[in-house]
Amino acid sequence: MNIVQILSNTASQILNPTTIGFALAAIGLSIHFGFTGLLNMGVAGFMAIGAYGFAISILTFGLPWWVAVLIGLAASAVFALVLGVPTLRLRGDYLAIVTIAAAEVVRLLFLSTAFKDVTGSADGLSGFHNGFRDSNPLPEGKFGFGPWVYTSDTWWVIIIGVVLTAVAALFTWSLMRSPWGRVIKGIREDEDAVRALGKNVFSFKMQALVIGGVITAMGGIITAMGTNVNPNVYVTSQTFFIWTALLLGGAATIFGPILGAVLFWVVRAFLSNLLPALVSIGWLPFLSREQSQMLVFILVGVALMLLVIFRPQGILGNKKELTFVK
Amino acid sequence: MTIARPAARPRHRRRAVILLVGIAATAAAILGVAAPATAAEDDPFRISGNVQLNGTPLEGVLITVDGPGGMQEVETDASGQWKVGVPEKNADYTVTLDESTLPDGIAVIDETGEDPTPNVRDVTVGPGGRVTANFFIGAGERNTVSFIDQLVERLVNGLNFGLMLALAAIGLSLVYGTTGISNFAHAELVTFGALIAYLFSVVVGWPLWIAIPLTVAFSAAFGYVQDLGLWRPLRRRGLGVVQLMIVSIGLSLALRYIFQTFVGGGTYQLPGSAAEEFTLFGAVSVSLVDLLSMGLSIVVILAFGWWLLKTRIGKATRAVSDNPSLAAASGIDVDAVVRVVWIVAAALAGLSGVLWAYFRPGIKWDMGSSILLLIFAAVTLGGLGTAFGALVGSLIVGVLVETSSLWIPSDLKYVGALVVLIVILLFRPQGLLGRRERIG
Repeated sequence: MNIVQILSNTASQILNPTTIGFALAAIGLSIHFGFTGLLNMGVAGFMAIGAYGFAISILTFGLPWWVAVLIGLAASAVFALVLGVPTLRLRGDYLAIVTIAAAEVVRLLFLSTAFKDVTGSADGLSGFHNGFRDSNPLPEGKFGFGPWVYTSDTWWVIIIGVVLTAVAALFTWSLMRSPWGRVIKGIREDEDAVRALGKNVFSFKMQALVIGGVITAMGGIITAMGTNVNPNVYVTSQTFFIWTALLLGGAATIFGPILGAVLFWVVRAFLSNLLPALVSIGWLPFLSREQSQMLVFILVGVALMLLVIFRPQGILGNKKELTFVK
Repeated sequence: MTIARPAARPRHRRRAVILLVGIAATAAAILGVAAPATAAEDDPFRISGNVQLNGTPLEGVLITVDGPGGMQEVETDASGQWKVGVPEKNADYTVTLDESTLPDGIAVIDETGEDPTPNVRDVTVGPGGRVTANFFIGAGERNTVSFIDQLVERLVNGLNFGLMLALAAIGLSLVYGTTGISNFAHAELVTFGALIAYLFSVVVGWPLWIAIPLTVAFSAAFGYVQDLGLWRPLRRRGLGVVQLMIVSIGLSLALRYIFQTFVGGGTYQLPGSAAEEFTLFGAVSVSLVDLLSMGLSIVVILAFGWWLLKTRIGKATRAVSDNPSLAAASGIDVDAVVRVVWIVAAALAGLSGVLWAYFRPGIKWDMGSSILLLIFAAVTLGGLGTAFGALVGSLIVGVLVETSSLWIPSDLKYVGALVVLIVILLFRPQGLLGRRERIG
């Protein structure tokens, strides 16, 4: 068992584009759930719309990469509007069921062979990185230090991703201390009270759904820039993992989603490196190497349950600002 | 080059439209099935297709491809497949199927009703460099099943599927009604039932008439243990419904991967799942398992209805579902009712898992979560918290899923049901049998 290798693999997760994409998606979800109290269970759908909007714009329509990003974000805004109209007037658990169903519809549409020429069906899409990589000002080759050695192209994604995450966090922070943010938090605490003050609750919720959805889709685009686009990524488990990351860090906080996403991936990478190693040296005699990978996901599920029961405000959260009001 | 089409085609031909399967062609291309002779095999990009009539490959059909790089002709091989190499991508090609090389009485069908030459198609080789060009091939009533017969067959299948869904949905709806939990781990109760049935009928080797009652008993015990070990302590703690919902998501993830730890990623069959089909009436063929499955569902649902309407505990359940505080005030032991509801819900879900294993067919670690959203759709459609609404919703969802593949690609058949779920919330958010005040 090579403990240095395990720690190095774990540490390299901190800057992985997938982690950054997760952090952005969790920030989007914190606007939905943490600040507005909307039970969005369709996070994977928003990410899929962003990623596919980005990739299809480049591959099918041949647009420049930055236009493709804008199209991916616009598509997710439209998706949020379409979802919000039937559900935002209803009670929270209806929104949960409808958003999870809508995310599945999106995934099945991308998976279907009916649109294989555009979506790539089960193979997903690849080969859309060229334009984006051409804009890379960094020198060629592999560089970095310690466990954080990446290729020039990956660094470019990481830099853009980190900047966007910082911008998204700053934006959320300034939004939530503005009058708009106070209304949003008021809706979370007591919708009827806010309505009695003459605010259009439906409209505010819709704005929050669109803003959070666009940030979530940005997470999907960053993930796509780092790897490829594949429909099997955007399953409901992905949504649940992002929920776990958000609740871990603290739902109604600015840095909670980022901390949660990083912790989620670091712990997951640590366990999925450590457990098979423990199996090979015979410390886990009842498990095979594949089974020890399942154990990681079992622990994620158990962690989610324990978090919600014993520390629903998360690591950084304040118990007073608990979002489980209803 | 345009090829003359047969002058007289039977009017009713459109009824017998068979969609050529593009997947097969692509799969064959990937697997490297013997390539038919092509004029420019070494060109980098591909146009390919598959000519079949109702699943039977048609050999020797002449296909002409015209566009950049010149005109090429190719004949389909013994498996009905053809492909040509073309020199350019992002270019348009015209693919023509020579109808005079098709067997007598068969032609290319005009699917849209607007295209006067359906045997000529324009395709674009996209950035991926590959495109599939397939035609709708059909004949008269010969060789094919008429639309009405297909519809009736799908209706019977849908009824079977819907009854199976109902067993799971009723339990989910009861739990929601009495405790307010949107239980995402309900799907794992379904998988649990199938796995227990597999354990007793295949691993231990007992006959099904012992294995299935044992499955129901074990599922019921599983529900009881869940309530005792998890949900009752959480009720005592006073967790909100949103927290409970997320706890159920965590439980669902944990259970799902525990199942996978035990059974791996494979698919396993229960005994008798390959039962022979026989013709029931007309073109409807069913297997004995299908009939038994439907009969069992109906009997169980009727027994459940009697239990809910006539027995004391059933009435108490409805009272708690209506208003827990009022029920408690009138002397009903709410905790006991909720315990019974968990037991009943888990037992029904376990039974539905066995039927789902036969319907799919096969047992897999994520078989329950693959229909979780359909169960939710059924419950919401009927009205959250109403047991009979769940029954009606399930039948509608089941029939809808099965019949919708007559019109939309079969890998999108769940999409129809989920879209209906979203649309129904626009017009009747409380569901078909729900009451308005439930949705606050």
